[in-house]
Amino acid sequence: MMARTIDFAQGWRSMQIGITKLEKHVEGLPGHSLNSEQYINLYTTVYVMCTQKPPHDHAEKLYNKYREVVEEYTKSTVLPALRKTYDDEYMLLRVLLERCSIHKKMVRRLSRIFHYVDRYFVVRNSLLSLEEVGLACFVDMVYNTLQLRVREAVIAIVDKEREGDDTGIDRALLENVKDIYVEIGMGKMKRYEQDLESFMLEGTASYYSRKASRWIQEYSYFDYIRKSEECVKKEKKRVSHYLYASSEPKLVKIVEHELFVVYANKLLEKKHSEFREIAGGLEPITNIFKQHVEDTDGQDTAAIRKVIEVHDKYIVYVTKCLENQTIFHKSLKEAFKFFCSKAVSGSSLSDESLATICDRIIILKKWASEELSDEAIEKVVKFLAYISDDKDLFAEFYKKKLARRLLLNRDASDDHERGIITKLKQQFGGNFTYKMEGMVTDLTLSRQNQNSFDEYVANNPAAKPGIDLSVTLLTTSVWPSYKTFDVNLPSEMVKCVEIFKVFYETKHKRRKLTWLHSLETCHINGKFDQKPIDLIVSTHQAAVLLLFNTRDKLNYTDIQTQLNLRHEDLVWVLHSLSCAKYKVLIKEPATETVSKTDVFEVNSKFTSRTGGVKIPLSHVDERKKVVEYVNNDRRYAIEASIVRIMKGKKVLGHEQLVSECVKQLSGMFKPDVKAIKTRIEELIARDYLERDKMNPNMFRYLA
Amino acid sequence: MPRTASKPTKKRSKPYTVTSSDTDPVPSASSKTKKSSKENDEKYKLFNKYANTSSGVIDPEGIEKLCSKLKVSHTDIKILMLAWKMKAERQGYFTKAEWRRALKALKVDTIKKLKKALPELEKEVRKPLNFADFYAYAFRYCLTDERQNCIDIGTICQLLDMVLGSTFRDQVDHFVDYLKIQNDYKVITMDQWMGFYRFCNEISFPDMTNYSLELAWPLILDNFFEWMREKQA
Repeated sequence: MMARTIDFAQGWRSMQIGITKLEKHVEGLPGHSLNSEQYINLYTTVYVMCTQKPPHDHAEKLYNKYREVVEEYTKSTVLPALRKTYDDEYMLLRVLLERCSIHKKMVRRLSRIFHYVDRYFVVRNSLLSLEEVGLACFVDMVYNTLQLRVREAVIAIVDKEREGDDTGIDRALLENVKDIYVEIGMGKMKRYEQDLESFMLEGTASYYSRKASRWIQEYSYFDYIRKSEECVKKEKKRVSHYLYASSEPKLVKIVEHELFVVYANKLLEKKHSEFREIAGGLEPITNIFKQHVEDTDGQDTAAIRKVIEVHDKYIVYVTKCLENQTIFHKSLKEAFKFFCSKAVSGSSLSDESLATICDRIIILKKWASEELSDEAIEKVVKFLAYISDDKDLFAEFYKKKLARRLLLNRDASDDHERGIITKLKQQFGGNFTYKMEGMVTDLTLSRQNQNSFDEYVANNPAAKPGIDLSVTLLTTSVWPSYKTFDVNLPSEMVKCVEIFKVFYETKHKRRKLTWLHSLETCHINGKFDQKPIDLIVSTHQAAVLLLFNTRDKLNYTDIQTQLNLRHEDLVWVLHSLSCAKYKVLIKEPATETVSKTDVFEVNSKFTSRTGGVKIPLSHVDERKKVVEYVNNDRRYAIEASIVRIMKGKKVLGHEQLVSECVKQLSGMFKPDVKAIKTRIEELIARDYLERDKMNPNMFRYLA
Repeated sequence: MPRTASKPTKKRSKPYTVTSSDTDPVPSASSKTKKSSKENDEKYKLFNKYANTSSGVIDPEGIEKLCSKLKVSHTDIKILMLAWKMKAERQGYFTKAEWRRALKALKVDTIKKLKKALPELEKEVRKPLNFADFYAYAFRYCLTDERQNCIDIGTICQLLDMVLGSTFRDQVDHFVDYLKIQNDYKVITMDQWMGFYRFCNEISFPDMTNYSLELAWPLILDNFFEWMREKQA
């Protein structure tokens, strides 16, 4: 403490020297650092000037001078530096950050020197602290004037990155900018939110608003959705670089609003119109169905070709839109069905009719005057299989038709059938098709076997069937199940069966042969009055006809006794021979239906333009059987699925069990919830599962 | 409760001849053994009055006799409750051990006392905790075969009427009607049986507003629910 009082002007002069040095020092200029002695002197000067007795207590003056110093400093050093950067966003931000930090340093050092003013004068008079004064100065002089430019710089950089130009983006710089706002706000988020965040959100909104209005015109529905979702993803990643985490949800909401909500109606419209366009493109397919119904011999190959075209075009389109594939596939299916149901009124597009259509296409190809490429047929079949609702049901019907084709319609080539099956396999998996492949293989093997048999007959004088016999061997497990009849065959046929049996046993001792006479074809020559006619009939029909070799007239009962066929089956056979197109037998009375009291005799007047006639035997409706078979299969599939799931989870709630089950089986069919419930109850009764004692909606797996 | 073959019970102080059908795996407390042998005598005397002398068990005929003495019909729920108290295993038959078990628990040894004890027994059984057990027991009791685990519709209808008729008249009437009409099920399993009990307790009737097809109610109840809804429409 000095004895004499310090006069203000004098005291200030000595302060000024120190302050100037300090200013130069914080600028980084060498040679101007203050040593501790100098600091202490300055501090002491302030102290003395504050504690002197009035009128020499200069605290207030010092306070005001302090402010002046900071203001002067800011004006002379900070502002000019910033002004130089106006054109370059990066420079602006960089300099700003720099200046901000130096300013802080300056203020801190000064405040330390003037500390005594803080301690008593400021407190006593409830004034802003020295640091607060320093900050306020910065805010007034720098921040308020530059703030707009700073924000614009940030958004410009962010927009550049959005456009894809992310070269030279200084992420570290951007991250620091937001901190300034918090500092300016004295540690609170208000400034940040009001000045930076809201501005950025607005800027984002307008950016995406612009983009959306363009994209909605340019892009297809799915491309738009995809692009928009990409943008949302990117924005989420990007936002942490220049805003705080708290801003992320607000920003994402804005982006989503601009891209999806604003254009919601337009998007829906878009979807529908594109959908209609696709549906329109499927119109040519209706021709195929018209043909199916009208049963014409010629086919519209151009229509079939168009089907392929359309199919290819849309499959490509769909596979592009990966994310929305299932939805789109569904839409495609529905559109297809809608158009076809219009074109072919009354005919349902059940899985059975789809399989029937496949059958006709495959067969017609061979009888057509114009050749349809195999490839074309494969594609159509694949397409039809694809739009079926229940794959397993379609597969069953297709299999039945395939069996018929393979056994009765020897024109279709095996390779062709195999090709189609391969296409189906590619799309639906081996499960769906392995039996079909088995069937085709059986035919090939049968042919080889037939050659062996023919050789055997040629070399074996004892084994003479007396008639041309060709046998097709079917592996039971892969073919559909057929009813077997215990029919009494004519002796000629019995002989054949015996000979073949002996032959087969030489090759395969353990195997059992079951004859499916209902699928066989016989060629019989009938010596009618006008001319002999070759009749192509089923074995049962042949059996009936051959009875008339020994007797002229036979009544129903006679026939039945001799053949040992059931009434339901015999009726059909007799009907086909006496009441249908080719009346080889005369029935008395000549009614439309066969009854047990009818009497039959050969129609010797029967004749035909051609030398050979095929007499079809209408078969009993197999649909019910197929449906029943599939339902059984499904029962096992559902049970197996439930057991699998419960074994894994041990305990599971009803709702989840059902949805898991549906998910597991969704590839083949959509299980009915009631069916699942029934299976669950079955499994409870068989002690596989139990209900939880506390919660009856929960199931427990019983090991 | 498994019946062990000819194993002499350990805690009797006075040994006396026991026939093989008399074996009782339930141990009596040692302090009671002296008293119990005399009491048992009474119970067995009573038992022998109704038992078939050759088979050594009370058979359906014996039960009829018993019922007439008790002045209850043999289709009265109280007999079933008595069977429950006995933990009788086979419908229509009571063994000596089962007989003893019930009479001991009811603390009776004469027909008169037994008759008096029946209303008390009913009260006890109707307590919610006991009733659920009794309800399940009723189903098991009607199974005629060890390998069987379900009961035909006809018997179920009778059983429902007997067991739940007094407490859930409405539900039983409607459900029995439904069971007779429907074709999906010819037999009822334990799970379905218990499900109906839950239904009566939890679902308000006849409005059934708190019933849901989404839950894991047995399918037969779902169908019943839909049938009721159709009727109410």
